[in-house]
Amino acid sequence: MRILLIEDDSSVADFIVRGFKEAGHTIDHADNGKDGLFMVTTESYDILIVDRMLPVVDGLSITRTLRASDNPIPILVLSALGQVDDRVKGLQAGADDYLSKPFAFSELEARITALSRRSMGQTTTETVLSLADLHLDLLSREVRRGDQVITLQPRDFQLLEYLLRHKGQVVTRTMLLENVWDYHFDPQTNVIDVHISRLRAKVDKDFAIPLIHTVRGAGYKIDATD
Amino acid sequence: MQLTDQLRTTTFLLTLRYMILFFLSVTILFIFISWSTTGYLEQETDATIRAEVNGLNEQFIQRGEQGLVRVIGMRVRNHPDSNMVYLIADADLNPMVGSINEWPALKSKPDGWVSFEVTEENGNSVAVRGRIFQPQPELFVIVGQKNTTLAQLTRLFDRTLFWGLTVTLALALTGGLLMSNNVLRRVGHFNSTSKRITDGDLSQRINTTGSGDEFDELANNLNAMMDQIESLMGNIQHISDNIAHDLRTPLTRLRNKLEDLRQDADSTETEEIDRCIEDADSLLATFASLLSIARIESGTYETALDPINLSQCVRDGYELYKALADEKLIDLSYDAPGAIEMRGDRNLLFQAITNLLDNAIKYTPTAGKVSIRLRCDPTHAVLSVMDSGPGIPADQREQVLQRFYRLDESRSEPGSGLGLSLVQAVMHRHGARLELDNNSPGLLVKIMFPLHEEQRARQPSPDLSGADHT
Repeated sequence: MRILLIEDDSSVADFIVRGFKEAGHTIDHADNGKDGLFMVTTESYDILIVDRMLPVVDGLSITRTLRASDNPIPILVLSALGQVDDRVKGLQAGADDYLSKPFAFSELEARITALSRRSMGQTTTETVLSLADLHLDLLSREVRRGDQVITLQPRDFQLLEYLLRHKGQVVTRTMLLENVWDYHFDPQTNVIDVHISRLRAKVDKDFAIPLIHTVRGAGYKIDATD
Repeated sequence: MQLTDQLRTTTFLLTLRYMILFFLSVTILFIFISWSTTGYLEQETDATIRAEVNGLNEQFIQRGEQGLVRVIGMRVRNHPDSNMVYLIADADLNPMVGSINEWPALKSKPDGWVSFEVTEENGNSVAVRGRIFQPQPELFVIVGQKNTTLAQLTRLFDRTLFWGLTVTLALALTGGLLMSNNVLRRVGHFNSTSKRITDGDLSQRINTTGSGDEFDELANNLNAMMDQIESLMGNIQHISDNIAHDLRTPLTRLRNKLEDLRQDADSTETEEIDRCIEDADSLLATFASLLSIARIESGTYETALDPINLSQCVRDGYELYKALADEKLIDLSYDAPGAIEMRGDRNLLFQAITNLLDNAIKYTPTAGKVSIRLRCDPTHAVLSVMDSGPGIPADQREQVLQRFYRLDESRSEPGSGLGLSLVQAVMHRHGARLELDNNSPGLLVKIMFPLHEEQRARQPSPDLSGADHT
């Protein structure tokens, strides 16, 4: 994945650049909005991470400029502000996701991975989401593992659907609360874990290969290979 | 503003008091003028009668009884319209000559004066004041004067007094209303501006009229005060943003270094490192909470609150926490009407609701009971969260709302001591009142959201409120 980071704070930038390089991605860095805008329009990137507060041209202006010129690149806005209305402003400007500083690298990585998959259009047309012998039918709302039908409450169904749409990726607790419950804040409790363990009891308990995995310090992942 | 409200205002009450004072002064002045004028007129009457009595007495001395009778007869004939009254009567009080035909019923006064009434041609009876003298033992003479002028004057005074006071009253009332209206408008502006400021918009200032009056002076002083507060708040905001930046960034780096270390570590080290990561996470979480409380509290008015369904937030909170409660064998129940529409920030409200449920479940022992309830009365939406835990002693209920305050008993529990502070900040942002009470046993957290008129109209009536879900 080729990433462009526009961030004026060198320590934050170093930390992000190092993290993505270690994860095996290519990442370029611009330290002001003007250079960043030039780079994103002249070169080809898969994803853009942009800080909201930047010298010369700020993050929201860059986002608006790109969207006004029909550039579809997925954009994640970073901000030290982090209040809900800042998030709304970011999304209104055309950003795809929003993350407030400071963040665990795993949170940023999970979101970037989710965004890049979304932009590749992997999940848009499927009506059955599958992983190994687990199948989730979006139309009949039926979940099966092997021959067995698994009955899930609506919220657990949504939870499993979200995990399956991001199979093989780490999803964080905040991402789950945002996408499954549609509330935006950092849940500083173990309440999401309880829902996951309830889902696990239905999906994994009676089967040899566990599918839902806890990624320590980051979140969860649904995967058949681990 | 309603007229009844206006009648209660300080300005109007001041005007009213001033009006009563003015009213009394005018009345006293009138009474004094009336009293001195009528006194003067009475003196004049008395002098006239005395002079007449003296004159008639002299006539009698010079011309005897016959002469007196002639003089009086002439006076009665020559001046039929005069307001003087004469009568001569004999020893048996039989009238001989005079302007009245019979001896009147006299009321005597201590100083030798008498008063009586005569009937005029038009049938009106008129009071007469007069004297009686006896030129010789068998002759009685009445000399009196009708008090027509005095009566007319008194009537005139009464009428003037009545109309004068009525006009005064009307003018004072109108003036009072106009004056209080004018003052009220300015006080109203002071009030509405202060309200916007306390709602979080520190940039609001009170307008001056430029007249340089006391109100302008007050406005200028308040505005200067607000300038200072705003710059202080700006400093605090700046400092807290710096703290966020300067402390959270190295903390994040620390956490990430720990993550790096963990990958190359052996199993015993991994455990240690995991604990360090957890500590770093809880530090970061505390920072995040502190900053979000500060941001919510300094939230500006312009970040308008959207129309939301409070019932939905309560239902979602219940649904999110039901699984956690089940795990602890706690009976979590909720009861809320189908929809309570209000203006708010749903994310903040939901965060507050989850904080309350989190606390309630954390402090309620296994097999206990927690319930969340939403009710709508005509003016408020009331959210209650009740648990069967140990509760909070009455003397510490205020303190638990302060940042970092924790009850001694709960120090062993994980948590930052910021949960209720955040709830408090969110409720303050929504103009809601938060109360902690005894649920005997347990804690009752009660939050009252004010409903505005247009919202009240849309609420379901209380008896139609939703079913109890357990």
